[in-house]
Amino acid sequence: MAKLFIENIIRFLVLILAQVFLFKNIGYYNLASPFPYIMALMLLPARIPKFFLFTIAFLTGIAVDAFYDTLGIHAAACATLAWARIVFINLTLQDDDYDASSTPGIGQMSFRWFLIYTFILSFFHHFTLYFLEVFSLNNFLYTLTSILFSCIFTTILIVLFELILYRRKKR
Amino acid sequence: MRNLWIFINRYSTFFLFILFFAVSFILTIRNNSFQRASALNSSNEVIGRAYEKINYFKAYINLNETNLTLAHENAALRALLKSSNYDSEVISRTIRDTLLEPQYSYIEARVINNSVNQKNNYLTVNRGSRHGIKKGMGVISSNGVVGIVLNVSPNFSTIQSLLHSDTRISASLSKSEAFGSLVWGQNAIDPQYAVLRDIPNHVEVEKGEQVVTSGYSLFPPGIIVGQVEETGITSGSSFLDIRIKLNNDFSTLRYIYIVIDKLSVEKEKLEEQNTENG
Repeated sequence: MAKLFIENIIRFLVLILAQVFLFKNIGYYNLASPFPYIMALMLLPARIPKFFLFTIAFLTGIAVDAFYDTLGIHAAACATLAWARIVFINLTLQDDDYDASSTPGIGQMSFRWFLIYTFILSFFHHFTLYFLEVFSLNNFLYTLTSILFSCIFTTILIVLFELILYRRKKR
Repeated sequence: MRNLWIFINRYSTFFLFILFFAVSFILTIRNNSFQRASALNSSNEVIGRAYEKINYFKAYINLNETNLTLAHENAALRALLKSSNYDSEVISRTIRDTLLEPQYSYIEARVINNSVNQKNNYLTVNRGSRHGIKKGMGVISSNGVVGIVLNVSPNFSTIQSLLHSDTRISASLSKSEAFGSLVWGQNAIDPQYAVLRDIPNHVEVEKGEQVVTSGYSLFPPGIIVGQVEETGITSGSSFLDIRIKLNNDFSTLRYIYIVIDKLSVEKEKLEEQNTENG
């Protein structure tokens, strides 16, 4: 349990720092920018209490917002992501599929499940993020396009990290 | 109460989501200037539209009254305008010289009506018989000949412009001093060009040569009319037709001078005797 706790804290720290110092500067013009820090939220233990999850998501969002100078936008996006995560896990996983402390990563779940999980969650996150940032329905199609491209970018990054870091774990 | 608690507990995910999202949203709007501005604007837009619509209908009710007051105001303002005053002051420029008796004097006038595109063009100016203008006087501007005074009323006179098919002005070529009459409107009705007629065939005419008034008729000698543009036109007889580019731009005439020839009456009287005798 302590190991899980430390692992998650380190993951949060590394991913948020990487996000604000490295991935903030990476992007294909305005069209696609990656937000792989949401991986930390996605990889929280599968049965984490809801309120706890929402609080962590909110605080993560606020932390990223502080660096992006957009107070509230990432927090809202992370709250949406937490909601999507709970709904998605409830819909796709039975209670006996996983134990309380297991991490919903490639190591525990199938590759296909993880890919869909990543894509849908990043879509919800990016959708909220971009529309709150633009704050209008003008150029709707352009915003939607950049959401989609950013989504693909983030998904690829997260799946790559997951493949590199967690491959050796037991199935 | 218990049912409510069960309901909330059942959809706790959704309520938690709403709670956290609302907090973030409020933070977003309160702390980001762009989002705050657009949120306020969109609400203002709704209110503004409503006010605009109401005002639009209100305006109809008062329309008659508003029109009346505006008309009164317009009339009052119009009376104050400088252009509604008639400028009756005339500065007649004559130079007293004990050796030379002045023959010509000039009255300046402002063009108040003008045309260049008709077959026969006229101008109206704001000087009339009160200022000593008589029928048949010559009119010039700073750029050259304008025309001949046609009719005179106490305060206005009309001028038969050079751009009139009946106007004949005696003009001569500046080098050879051969003279002919300047006409307009027989063939070409371009307001920039006129034709100098009755120049004998043997006269050598250069392109670009200046054409000036001859001094035989109403105008003082040497006033510029224009430049020779084309010399090759012959009317088949022993006379040349010379196309002339007029120096005056008739479409932009503003101020003109009316030429008063003191000796014209005497000259006409004398010349009348020629025909009586002949």
